[in-house]
Amino acid sequence: MSIVLIAEQILNGLQFGVMLFLMAAGLTLIFGVMGLINLAHGSLYMIGAFAAAAVASFTGSFILALIGALTAAAIAGAMVELLVIRRLYSKDHLDQVLATFALILIFSEGTRWVFGSFPLFLDIPRYLSGSVELPGSIQYPRYRLVLIAAGLLIAAGLGLLITKTRLGIQIRAGENDREMIAALGVDISRLYTLVFALGSALAGLAGALVGAIQSVQVGMGEPVLILAFVVIVIGGIGSIKGALIGALLVGMTDTLGDIFLVELLKLFTDPSTATSIGSSIASMAIYLLMGAVLVWRPSGLFGASP
Amino acid sequence: MINEKYFNSVIVLLLLLVPAWATASDEPFTITLITRAVVFSLAAVGLNIALGLGGLVSLGHAVFFGLGGYAMGILAFHAQTYSALFEWPFLIEGTKSMPLIWLVALIFCSIAASLIGFLSLRTSGVYFIMITLAFGQMFYFFSISWPKYGGEDGLSIYVRNGFPGLNTLIPLHYYGLCLVMLFLALWFSARLKKSPFGLALNAARQSPERVETVGLNGKRLKLIAFVISGAITGLAGALFADLNRFVSPTMFSWQTSGEIMIFVIIGGVGRLFGPVTGALVFVSLEHFLGGINDYWHVYLGLFLLGIVLLGKGGLVGILCGKEKINA
Repeated sequence: MSIVLIAEQILNGLQFGVMLFLMAAGLTLIFGVMGLINLAHGSLYMIGAFAAAAVASFTGSFILALIGALTAAAIAGAMVELLVIRRLYSKDHLDQVLATFALILIFSEGTRWVFGSFPLFLDIPRYLSGSVELPGSIQYPRYRLVLIAAGLLIAAGLGLLITKTRLGIQIRAGENDREMIAALGVDISRLYTLVFALGSALAGLAGALVGAIQSVQVGMGEPVLILAFVVIVIGGIGSIKGALIGALLVGMTDTLGDIFLVELLKLFTDPSTATSIGSSIASMAIYLLMGAVLVWRPSGLFGASP
Repeated sequence: MINEKYFNSVIVLLLLLVPAWATASDEPFTITLITRAVVFSLAAVGLNIALGLGGLVSLGHAVFFGLGGYAMGILAFHAQTYSALFEWPFLIEGTKSMPLIWLVALIFCSIAASLIGFLSLRTSGVYFIMITLAFGQMFYFFSISWPKYGGEDGLSIYVRNGFPGLNTLIPLHYYGLCLVMLFLALWFSARLKKSPFGLALNAARQSPERVETVGLNGKRLKLIAFVISGAITGLAGALFADLNRFVSPTMFSWQTSGEIMIFVIIGGVGRLFGPVTGALVFVSLEHFLGGINDYWHVYLGLFLLGIVLLGKGGLVGILCGKEKINA
């Protein structure tokens, strides 16, 4: 195993991690502020990707496509919050799981109805395609580097938003004591809609950005959704910092687990057995990581202890 | 409001009369369809013990459904290829006998449920939902990447396994077998609910602190409920695999967990016939709406939303009102 390969895999893990962060940040905000488990978050990721693919095929502009994805997901999120989610805050987790599961069914089949069953494609614009030579003669795709940079920028921006702005103060106050900030005159239902739209927009953006390296299809949101849940459970539900650390951990484990486990097992058995056992275990690695974290710290790395 | 006992009797009559009608009018497909509903009911009766009695929102019951399925798949696979499961330390061969397969499924699901329950019960609330989901995903990905038993493609079994005294290849015989298992499970869960254990469990769900104060171990009660629940769902998995003569990683998927939970919630959480009602309604919707429109999941989604937003405790709750304590 060469240094170049390891460096590439680390970058891949980083790229995967920051995209997971975009999903997980919204999910953890929505849970932290409203106490809602939103299984339909993956649908907003899908909506973002479809909106981007539609706008890109119409206008040919990648920037417009990203704006389209942000807007479509934010609007869809706000609509869902106003029509359905609002009625779920007072209900228990079981009802929330079921209702948002129902939303997944509606969104997925609705999208299939409108766009058909065939995957769409979103092209990487010419100025972002090709590869860059990094120090140590590592060739790495430019677009993926842009993803890493964009993800880290958004993480920093979100951190500033939470710690430095008025909205951020309201969000943090909402996490601590909902009744109190409502009593202090904050329009809590507007804040909820806003937080939900913000989380949805982040998911939509992630969908559009990842949609350019994978195909855009119905059901693309659910695998990412589950990983994002793993991320926020590892990081501690409600914590943005936890979401970032968790996302990077999951991204790295998932990407590096495969090659390292196989290499490790090759020391003990023959290559073909090592490959098959190694990749079997690697496919479970992030869930093992999550299990271990929860057994060690039942409310996640940065979660408030109950 | 309908008296719940009458409602339950109507469901039982339905389960007896539909196959009789189907046999008389020679519609074997209807029998397969209702067998599917009965097997789903059994899985949901299992989940209802954890969810309804224990208040444990498990989004990972597909683990047990899948384990039951693979218990059947692996044993029957070795029997049909005349190969041994293990030759060391002692010889274990496959089998085509349902009672043996069920026994294996029950044992393995109980072991898995004890381990998963023990670890998951360290957490509560959302974390419990997520950790059970994570266990489900672990099994799902493992079954996909383990090539020996079909991997992603799953395992096909050529001939349905046998049960002494019955010809399981006849749809009506197999239906009868599944129905008896469902009735046994229903009888068992009704008894369980009224037993001292069930009462203590109910108390542990409603007020864990008080239960601890009177000297009961609430976590242990919940763990036992989780194990029983997993074992029953596992049995359903073995029956489901035999119904289709096919097992695949889909049985482990989180959508399967979600569907089993949907059966319970559509019908009514904690109600004796809730899971059966839910599964019957789900399978009928799937069949009739699916026949009308390819995109029937949209309507299913709207229906589910309606049930949740109404907030009356599922169909049994809507039709029969709140549960009577001394009924």
